[in-house]
Amino acid sequence: MHNWIPNSSPEIRGELLRDLGLKDVSELFSDVPPQLLLARDLNVGFGRTLAEYEVVRLFNTLISKNRLSEVPSFMGGGLCQHYVPSAVKALVSRSEFYTAYTPYQAEIAQGLLQALFEYQSLMADLYGVKVVNASMYNGSTASAEAVLMAARAKKRRRILISESVHPEVVEVIRTWGFGAGLELVNVGLDRESGQISLSDLRSKLSDEVAAVFVQTPNFFGVVESVVREVIEETHRVNALSIVYTHPLALGVLEAPGAMGADVVVGDVQGLGVGLNFGGPSAGILGINDDKELLRQFPGRLIGATRTVDGRERGFTMILQTREQHIKRERATSNITTNASLEALAAAVHLSLLGSKGLRRLGEAILGRTHYLVKSLSRLESVDLLFPEALHFREVGVRFPVNAAQVLRTLASRGVYAGPDLGRFRGELGDCGLVCVTELHTKRDIELLVELLGEVVGRGG
Amino acid sequence: MMVFRQAKWDEPVLFELGGSSKQTFAVDDEFSGEAEEALSKAPRHVLRSVEPGIPNLSEVEVVRHFTRLSQMSYGVDLGPVPLGSCTMKYNPKVSEELASDRRIVDLHPYQDVDSVQGVLEIMYLMQKWLSEITGMDECSLQPPAGAAGEFVGALIIKKYHLDKGNTGKVEMIVPEAAHGSNPASSAMAGFKVVKIPTAPDGETDIEALKAVLSDSTAGLMLTNPNTLGIFESKIVEISDLLHGRDALMYYDGANLNGILGLVRPGDMGFDIIHLNLHKTFSAPHGGGGPGAGAVCVKSGLKEYLPVPIVDFDGRKYVFRYDLSRTVGRISWFYGNVVPIVKSFIYIATLGPSLREVAELSVLNTNYLMRKLAGLRGVSLAYGEGRWRKHEFVVSFEKLLKETGVSAEDVAKALLDRGFHAPTIYFPLIVKEAHMIEVTESESKENIDALANAYKEVVDLAYSSPELVKSSPTNTSVGRLDVLTANHPKTLAPTYRYVEKLKDEGP
Ligand SMILES: Cc1ncc(COP(=O)(O)O)c(C=O)c1O
Repeated sequence: MHNWIPNSSPEIRGELLRDLGLKDVSELFSDVPPQLLLARDLNVGFGRTLAEYEVVRLFNTLISKNRLSEVPSFMGGGLCQHYVPSAVKALVSRSEFYTAYTPYQAEIAQGLLQALFEYQSLMADLYGVKVVNASMYNGSTASAEAVLMAARAKKRRRILISESVHPEVVEVIRTWGFGAGLELVNVGLDRESGQISLSDLRSKLSDEVAAVFVQTPNFFGVVESVVREVIEETHRVNALSIVYTHPLALGVLEAPGAMGADVVVGDVQGLGVGLNFGGPSAGILGINDDKELLRQFPGRLIGATRTVDGRERGFTMILQTREQHIKRERATSNITTNASLEALAAAVHLSLLGSKGLRRLGEAILGRTHYLVKSLSRLESVDLLFPEALHFREVGVRFPVNAAQVLRTLASRGVYAGPDLGRFRGELGDCGLVCVTELHTKRDIELLVELLGEVVGRGG
Repeated sequence: MMVFRQAKWDEPVLFELGGSSKQTFAVDDEFSGEAEEALSKAPRHVLRSVEPGIPNLSEVEVVRHFTRLSQMSYGVDLGPVPLGSCTMKYNPKVSEELASDRRIVDLHPYQDVDSVQGVLEIMYLMQKWLSEITGMDECSLQPPAGAAGEFVGALIIKKYHLDKGNTGKVEMIVPEAAHGSNPASSAMAGFKVVKIPTAPDGETDIEALKAVLSDSTAGLMLTNPNTLGIFESKIVEISDLLHGRDALMYYDGANLNGILGLVRPGDMGFDIIHLNLHKTFSAPHGGGGPGAGAVCVKSGLKEYLPVPIVDFDGRKYVFRYDLSRTVGRISWFYGNVVPIVKSFIYIATLGPSLREVAELSVLNTNYLMRKLAGLRGVSLAYGEGRWRKHEFVVSFEKLLKETGVSAEDVAKALLDRGFHAPTIYFPLIVKEAHMIEVTESESKENIDALANAYKEVVDLAYSSPELVKSSPTNTSVGRLDVLTANHPKTLAPTYRYVEKLKDEGP
């Protein structure tokens, strides 16, 4: 018996059974071969039903073993700690939203549908593209779906991916591309600029390439200034350009769609969505074409329409004939559940910021990054991975010793930075990332630099 | 009978809102000098050229806007959402509160494992508990939803056969009654999908299965109880048939509400299963997501799981990346941890009484089914005389023929009576289908009320069908024009399209 299960009291349970002419609930399972029936209790939980305060106590004991950075975290690697406004938390906690299902019955879900339509509109504007879907799981799976879509649209299997793309995104693309037989080809990094090497790209482009995938600001925090050239080169072989960008960069940096990108990708973490130990967040996926590519577009889409009598505006899911519940094995994706609530959070955050606030927030992050770069440059024992580059939010650094060790020592002093890049590539074992956001003050950054100086030595 | 009136605000789209306040969320300017310096050094062409069209509003305006939109939405906290296959159960408030603790939501995925021992222990216990519940040996929590879990399963099947040098295993068998994500996931993994029908008793047609089974068969995707809510009583025979051809058995475990603590897929002979924590294990659905998936396998397939999985090295919890045949990462990081935490709280609270979840959801289902099966114009699809498990499917084919009122019309009329409608037109093998699942969360009163609402609608269909066909009228808007919404000339997936249509017309 439990109060989450209203009919579990013996009286009501008995009433239901009597109504069905049954003595015991086991009779409802008479069609299950007897040897399959579990003859014991499940060994799950803590042996018995717990009272709510017992669960709270147990949970608190468990998570007291988790530790947080004492100053705002300097950890990067795709996700960084940002401020989540209280208004965002309050609005996504409205249980009319969070306890709803996918809006299959549009008339009773207009609010949710309108909010998702607003998300699509805001993101399309921000990324400078025509259509953005109602969300993918996160940036990594949005990337994989983008690549699969490109391969279908172009009927080609080769994908060129810049070495400056997040390594876990590349891994996810590889996993997702296995079934479709995609061939992933790495395009090297220009060691000076920290950007995709245009000459390597040119040598690998051919009419067998379905898409070129680049990221800016890239995994090392470098703002790639060659994106337009990449897109032009890509179009020359009639392939699709896919650009991964963080939405918070777009207050100051050019929209990838405006630079000619065919497909845009991103992840909303930081825009109304916390770190969440890596998930959930929501993946952004958009296209600059509402004809050919739209037919290959995966995921849910909301559209504006009118009531049948023509009198009122309304919103509904559209183009569902691309989706699994109708097209089955010929669907453009298997995605069903997505990340609507995190998309909603992003829409609320963008609404709070407005275009002006987004720009100011972008500048606040850019300014901090610039300050971090200058401060780190003064440390002789620490090298910037790409000293000449323009950085946004994240900066790659090289230490004179093993990076993991340096970062562990920092963490033991209550300051979290990283990740060390050795975890992705052996040859980068002495490198790590540092991330700054609006949460950091000058003193926080100075503290980090000072501590780094102590740990690795101020001099050479 | 309860009267239902949904809020109806003539709420403008965000881009049409006031805009007179010209406010923004406050941002500090401690670094404005630094920003200027950086901007002056940056190449012009990397800087934004056109300001995005986001309105600049005060916080009050934004909060009112979205609060009004929330009032025009409907979730489990407002009333029953009997969507079959979706398992829309109550989402305990304690889970919401605990999972939003800073020591969960502020954790960075690259933190040293020493600093995240609490959350790793939770994940480790979840892997163990889900293995026990499913009768499997090892789980990965990385899939961000059910369909992603299916895709992992299909990839495991593909890789398993390829590793054995078996390149001819190119077909996946999927029942026609299966959820659409099953064939879609199979296709994404590169399989040819082979369909099999349902027999009149509501079970998979085993003769049809035998007919398509061949050396090309890589696996079978099945859910049991199936989407009709009927238990596949010949499941052991089916497993033996597949295994006899060196094909793997895949269980779609999106919804375990019908068998939790009573029957385990692993014991039925399944090799791989995915779970939807946002269904059976009460993580909320979020208006469409995020969810959380899990994929569990028998010990022989453990090395194929996505990496990393959480392990205990005798001293502390660690991530293991060294699975020798891993299909790779299905998503970055470690899965959707926040919903995982919510499901942890659900299982920790109920413990062995999870069995009652299944018992009551099955009791509730059959109680409601009896009431609906007797209604005029309504028939039970397949499996005459069989008990259902967590859900059942009725057909309004007769009603449509006799009154012109369709399954969709009935669904819309239910909205007017304060109920979310069930899943309609699924599974595809049933004409004019309603797939109904009340879960363990609905009280007898609510189930009675839902049955009464159905009766009222069906009676109305025979007396004044046009009244049913003109519903809903108590929701925020009336019936929507889906054709216009989907027509290439009037398609409007963003506000820019709305503006353009206003200026130019379709
Ligand atoms: C039977 C079944 N299988 C698979 C899925 C897919 O799960 P998800 O929506 O989490 O991707 C669902 C739910 O949508 C389902 O009901």
